Amino acid sequence: MVYEERNAWAGLIVSVIAVTVYVVLVLQQAGSGPVTDVDWVPLMLWTIGGGIVAAILVSIAWGILAGMRDPDGVGKSDQRDRDIAHMSTRVGQAFIVIAGLGVIVLCAFEADWFWIANTMFFGFAVSSIVGGIASVIAYRRGLV
Amino acid sequence: MVKPTQVTNSIRATREAAGMTQADLARTVGVTRQTLIAIEQGRYSPSLELAFQLARAFGVGLDDLFDYPGE
Repeated sequence: MVYEERNAWAGLIVSVIAVTVYVVLVLQQAGSGPVTDVDWVPLMLWTIGGGIVAAILVSIAWGILAGMRDPDGVGKSDQRDRDIAHMSTRVGQAFIVIAGLGVIVLCAFEADWFWIANTMFFGFAVSSIVGGIASVIAYRRGLV
Repeated sequence: MVKPTQVTNSIRATREAAGMTQADLARTVGVTRQTLIAIEQGRYSPSLELAFQLARAFGVGLDDLFDYPGE
């Protein structure tokens, strides 16, 4: 597995875990009340910050382990990595656009801040997860 | 499902005839061994620049290494 593929896997795994943890915490805090009453700002910020740090740490730890077996492959990327990165960005971008349009609609209807922020948050999350899945499929199955 | 490319190549046969390993050729053209494997197996279409680099690594023309059947 090449350096950039490990990064794609690390990002995908961390994204799925971070989003799951966020949803569980929000639902736990909401209890039987409305989710709009949840203090979502610190939860969301911790999820985003924690997700970024965790993805970096997982990538570094995985890189160290892989580097022990193949010292030549550490940190190397090439044309295929760039092509796969472009493809996954293109795939993921659609969800950011959909979320952005959703935010405009929610603002037009003066929805609660909770729904506006979470629509954008899940747009980023789904974009990251779908883009990550597209990346790992391209690494495993091919990109032609 | 990834749409297979119609471009085929004889990189593996040419490389083996030249007595080169995948690691040797990958190093020569500046890609990872995994990328070279993907190209040899038809799972990745190289850029035109990389295709030229591969052909030059063997001292052959593009047409000798890559084939496109067309219609």
